[in-house]
Amino acid sequence: VKCNFCVGEENWVDSRTVYIGHKEPPAGTEAYIQQRFPDNRIVSSKYTFWNFIPKNMFEQFRRVANFYFLIIFLVQLIIDTPTSPVTSGLPLFFVITVTAIKQGYEDWLRHKADNSVNQCPVHVVQHGKVVRKQSRKLRVGDVVLVKEDETFPCDLILLSSSRDDGTCFVTTASLDGESSHKTYYAVQDTKAYNTEKEVDSIHATIECEQPQPDLYKFVGRISIYMDNEPVARPLGSENLLLRGATLKNTEYIYAVAIYTGMETKMALNYQSKSQKRSAVEKSMNAYLVVYLCILIGKAFINTVLKYVWQADPNRDEPWYNERTETERQRHIVIRAFTDFLAFMVLFNYIIPVSMYVTVEMQKFLGSYFIMWDDEMFDEELGERAVVNTSDLNEELGQVEYVFTDKTGTLTENNMEFIECCVDGHVYVPHVICNGQVMPGATSMDMIDTSPGPGAREHEELFFRALCLCHTVQVKEEETVDGIKHGIHQGKSTSFYISSSPDEVALVEGMKRLGFTYLRLKDSHMEILNREDEIERFELLEVLTFDSVRRRMSVIVRANTGELYLFCKGADSSIFPRVISGKVEQVRARVEHNAVEGLRTLCVAYRPLSSEQYQQVCHLLSEAKLALQDRDKRLAEAYDLIETDLILLGATAVEDRLQEKAADTIESLHKAGMKVWVLTGDKMETAAATCYASKLFRRNTQILELTTKRTEEQSLHDVLFDLSRTVLRQHGGMTRDNFSGLSGDFTDFGLIIDGATLSAVMRPGQEDSNSGNYKEIFLEICRNCSAVLCCRMAPLQKAQIVKLIKASKEHPITLAIGDGANDVSMILEAHVGIGIMGKEGRQAVRNSDYAIPKFKHLKKMLLVHGHYYYIRISELVQYFFYKNVCFIFPQFLYQFFCGFSQQPLYDTAYLTLYNISFTSLPILLYSLIEQHINMDILKKDPSLYRDIAKNSLLRWPIFIYWTILGVYDAIVMFFGAYFLFDNTTFTSNGQMFGNWTFGTLVFTVLVFTVTFKLALDTHYWTWINHFVIWGSLIFFVVFSLLWGGIIWPFLNYQRMYYVFMQMLSSGPAWLSIILLITAGLLPDVVKKVIWRALWPTTTERIQVGTHTHIIEDYGSAKTTAAVFVFWKNYCKTKDRWVTKTGTGKAVHGCKWSYLVL
Amino acid sequence: MMASTYNAKDEDGHITVAGPGGGTLRSRKPENTAFKQQRLPAWQPILTAGTVLPAFFVIGLIFIPIGIGLYVTSNNIKEFEIDYTGVDMSSPCFNCSQNFSWNSTRPCTCSIPFYLDQPYESNVFMYYGLSNFYQNHRRYVKSRDDSQLNGDSEALTKPSKECEPYAFHDNKPIAPCGAIANSMFNDSLELFYNDPNGTKVQIHLMKTGIAWWTDKHVKFRNPGGNNPNLTVAFQGTTKPVNWRKPVYELDSDQENDGFINEDFIVWMRTAALPTFRKLYRIIQKKKDMVLTLPRGNYTLEVVYNYPVRSFEGRKRMILSTISWMGGKNPFLGIAYITVGSVCFFLGVVLLIIHHKYGNRNNSADISN
Repeated sequence: VKCNFCVGEENWVDSRTVYIGHKEPPAGTEAYIQQRFPDNRIVSSKYTFWNFIPKNMFEQFRRVANFYFLIIFLVQLIIDTPTSPVTSGLPLFFVITVTAIKQGYEDWLRHKADNSVNQCPVHVVQHGKVVRKQSRKLRVGDVVLVKEDETFPCDLILLSSSRDDGTCFVTTASLDGESSHKTYYAVQDTKAYNTEKEVDSIHATIECEQPQPDLYKFVGRISIYMDNEPVARPLGSENLLLRGATLKNTEYIYAVAIYTGMETKMALNYQSKSQKRSAVEKSMNAYLVVYLCILIGKAFINTVLKYVWQADPNRDEPWYNERTETERQRHIVIRAFTDFLAFMVLFNYIIPVSMYVTVEMQKFLGSYFIMWDDEMFDEELGERAVVNTSDLNEELGQVEYVFTDKTGTLTENNMEFIECCVDGHVYVPHVICNGQVMPGATSMDMIDTSPGPGAREHEELFFRALCLCHTVQVKEEETVDGIKHGIHQGKSTSFYISSSPDEVALVEGMKRLGFTYLRLKDSHMEILNREDEIERFELLEVLTFDSVRRRMSVIVRANTGELYLFCKGADSSIFPRVISGKVEQVRARVEHNAVEGLRTLCVAYRPLSSEQYQQVCHLLSEAKLALQDRDKRLAEAYDLIETDLILLGATAVEDRLQEKAADTIESLHKAGMKVWVLTGDKMETAAATCYASKLFRRNTQILELTTKRTEEQSLHDVLFDLSRTVLRQHGGMTRDNFSGLSGDFTDFGLIIDGATLSAVMRPGQEDSNSGNYKEIFLEICRNCSAVLCCRMAPLQKAQIVKLIKASKEHPITLAIGDGANDVSMILEAHVGIGIMGKEGRQAVRNSDYAIPKFKHLKKMLLVHGHYYYIRISELVQYFFYKNVCFIFPQFLYQFFCGFSQQPLYDTAYLTLYNISFTSLPILLYSLIEQHINMDILKKDPSLYRDIAKNSLLRWPIFIYWTILGVYDAIVMFFGAYFLFDNTTFTSNGQMFGNWTFGTLVFTVLVFTVTFKLALDTHYWTWINHFVIWGSLIFFVVFSLLWGGIIWPFLNYQRMYYVFMQMLSSGPAWLSIILLITAGLLPDVVKKVIWRALWPTTTERIQVGTHTHIIEDYGSAKTTAAVFVFWKNYCKTKDRWVTKTGTGKAVHGCKWSYLVL
Repeated sequence: MMASTYNAKDEDGHITVAGPGGGTLRSRKPENTAFKQQRLPAWQPILTAGTVLPAFFVIGLIFIPIGIGLYVTSNNIKEFEIDYTGVDMSSPCFNCSQNFSWNSTRPCTCSIPFYLDQPYESNVFMYYGLSNFYQNHRRYVKSRDDSQLNGDSEALTKPSKECEPYAFHDNKPIAPCGAIANSMFNDSLELFYNDPNGTKVQIHLMKTGIAWWTDKHVKFRNPGGNNPNLTVAFQGTTKPVNWRKPVYELDSDQENDGFINEDFIVWMRTAALPTFRKLYRIIQKKKDMVLTLPRGNYTLEVVYNYPVRSFEGRKRMILSTISWMGGKNPFLGIAYITVGSVCFFLGVVLLIIHHKYGNRNNSADISN
């Protein structure tokens, strides 16, 4: 049922009818159709006691890997296979059981939580009385009484509240994390019914859409039958109280349930997001397919060879080794097929069950290091990094494109009112003298300095406009009476809250300029003007802000009865609608401010006659009542209303850059990432921020792809122009550019605006070239290190991310943002990061990772991302490697045992190889390996380039590891083979058998693969020593024990004393040492030679910590830095200093100069 | 994913969520421990030409002498091998191999003369070797019942299913059951020294000490506990089909009879490869005589019972001395010398690379 809704189609509107209090509508108005709705039971648990085992098993075996092992296990049970079913059954059983226990426990907790929620009492109005009911028994249509600080039990439509104006305050902290109080409104016609008797008398039906997961969208209509005459009123999200939200500052409310149980918006939001898969996982799956092919290939080859070899009956069935009668009678095809399966079983360990477990454990446990990171904790917010999905840890190390939001992400989103400009006069709040506003000293040179009498009027209108045109609420700290007092005294006993920090800044700025917004009471907005008089304006309509229109308006009626429409918005959305006012002066000032990096808003008004107002009302109510396409129709209505404006002036608000934002962007650039800023802001403001944050530098050549340019030339020409410029410049520069060494190459920055972007993206025009626009655009972008997209709508942000994702290199993208408008791109990008900003928690909830501040991105990518990538790629490669080493000798052995599927190793070894002998070292490696010091990674972002493009999991490297595995297997097998070949190697002349042969190979195998990992480990903590040596010791101890006893429960004693006998032979020791050495030799040599001849940046830095230490003595400042670094990373006995020929001082460290 | 769903649930459980007070703020701050901050003290070795060089030279310098030592030791071991399968017409055992029949009551014997051109000093070990005999075939390897061999009385009468088709004969359980036991090598070999004065001296062959001590004393046990009468202990069982006599008549010596017969135990340890040898007898060095086997003419007398020609197998008799490193096996010595030399050679190569490129990298760094 759930999934009908999780798609979240916005246009899918099917309505439901709710009868308040289950009362039938009066006859003749409507047919009464009792619809069936689910009860209010919340079921988040997946299983019941009875279906747990079958359902959980089904869920688990749906995973390909588990299914594969199940099949292998079943094959082993059914046919006569070389290894006992225990070898694959035990690990599988272990994995399945552990998972089942974990999931069962989690489900049990969920059951408990569900029960406590479902049995929680709620108050329901029945027959004029308040009755207590269990929450789960609540039905759609029930009228519910909710008291202060209670949580809403389901989604409700507010009918009335204890407050006279029919409003109530709600906090949705547990839904989206926004702790601010939001105001909700009762239906106008029912707000007077605020006792249970009265509420019970309401006779109305509600028609609304079927439940949708979007928390912020709701359309409906209520029909109230008064005297059998239905009155229809629109319902919107401002009337809808969501389950999970809490009632605040309101004594009680009455509301009617419309969505219950699993249909509430909160429950619908439980649905998991679409799963993102990392590039590493994709590589892993590709490798798996290769190995599966190898497995099948091996089994097939062996089967064929077996039957070729057996063609001679004396080989097939010599006198000493006859088949049973039943076996003889089996058909050849069945026999061949069984043999094929048996070979499959014999070689199945090449795809290890433990790899999945290990990878998952690595990801799960590894993600704790992100959460634990002290440096990513923000004192101010008291927040640390959050990991929502651990599946993508390594993807953090693969990012090529970073898409960042500007406001709240790059900047603080901590707005400060800087100035306003009325008709060209500039007012700066801090130059207020005795309550008198003085034109700012800095702006004395601005246009005309002698305001006329009309200007004075305009000025006050401007201030009033800003005091009225907003959705700011006053947060009451104490009683209602205290507020006025507090604000009047200028003390912060109460403060403004709003979802938009700009508005707060503006209202606060106005306060400093003498006009204080007091509160909204009974639909009247109260303003304290300069003369300390309270002005009251009746708030008639609010045309709310949206990011497409980029403006908002209010319609108010002054005490004098005049009607005004005040409108504020982005300059681009105001200027085209202005018919009079000092447009030029204001525009000049706006542009000036924008270049300074300030956020500008324009303010305009329109006096309305009462006829016009009637018209407006009509337009709005029509649109609001629409059930279908309400948003679209509202937008059209707004468009018609917000015209013929008279420009008043403009404001400028500063949004400071976040701490270390510039440093972070610079690091990302150096790390080879392309940083795109996607913002809804205007171009100039955004560009200024980009310069400030070093996204664009002085020497960056800016390419513009904006409406301004496309107006002059056709889009076609502009695109071709730009691509020519870019390609010409980049012809010779690419190498320099890539090495990142030369600091002064010209790089390009592109600015594109939303309108042009949609022109570029527009598919299929008649013009045959237009199809190429996207390609050309991508080509340009590829060569630009920074791109700024301004004037973007939220959906366009996601579109851009999608465009880049789908381009032919398939780069890994990361989107970072803090607001609801970034959610689409966060969901679209490979990795979505949320900033715990001021614009609510939506971004954080939808992200894969959340960090408190933008600056933490640097450590997240350059350190954590880098480490996780290195770790998991080694993990994946190593796992395949060690299983090639493990299984290939078995394959070779088939050639010497008549293709009889005789396993080389004992069952215990087959079972435990992946589970215990070789599992922990690699798991630990993949958790704590640090190939380079953390601080160096942060200091030298170019290291990130070394792992770009999944470089450690490319095919050549995979093939190298596989060849290495095959080589080791050959060395091990043939080493043992020649040692055993027709001779004895004990000093008492006794002979060893096939199990000793296998044990010898296995011993060499365990030591070789463990040592191989040890050679790859660059970070040896005591835990590494403990685990690596510990698992080798465990192997030896286990082998001694396994062979030391006649195990009573086993039906074979083949391993009895085999290991000890082997160790008692000198040549066995010698050959173990020899074979381990020979196995490791090529890898070491390859590593050393590659490092010497073709070192990567990483390797250079590993060898020479000195690249950082070498500094010029000349500057005292750097010398201090050198010393700090040197002292921190170099033990006293390893330090040394020398001078080079050019007179530079060199600080060295022991390790760094082992390479001369 | 699981966790995040979970939080939402908890909060909807009508539990008033505490505001972001000072207490919660403290607890959210990550602990500053070395482990959690990934700053555990660590040794950070780097494999460079510089660090690896000494290791290579050291390995080279250690391995080459060991290899030479092993090679010389191996070369000092004397080994004599004679193939008595009887494939050639000229071979003394040709007739025996041709006229083989399982049912023949009269054993076929043949004697092969040979000449040892050098004397054997210390203990001499006598092996029989088989080739093209797949003792490591899966069907063969598992065709045994270790419980039965360990003296388990239940397994004695109810051999494991793995022993099929060698588990029952004439409705009687076979002891010892299985293909391995059934195909036990049953040629008997005797060695005579042809004294220069014309007399044939039989050389004393020791038939104990050829199996692993643990096998003989722990893994293999006769049924019936300490009952000295093996015939009784094995009552109700029958001999393996291809055997000429039952298991309790393998030897007259009580300590080497039944399942603990050493020839039997040696055979039961399945060989790793299709060409193998198994210890047959030991010729002990005599105190008074300096030479265990002096140079001269010998005769190997074979009671030819074991057919191998059907699967193109070969039978050999091997006489070998043993050093601390076992029998003659030049492989280990050569391998050590090879690996040692390779290491040494690579050390030299690395030294060159190190000098040439190590400097280059370094100077680049300094000028940077």
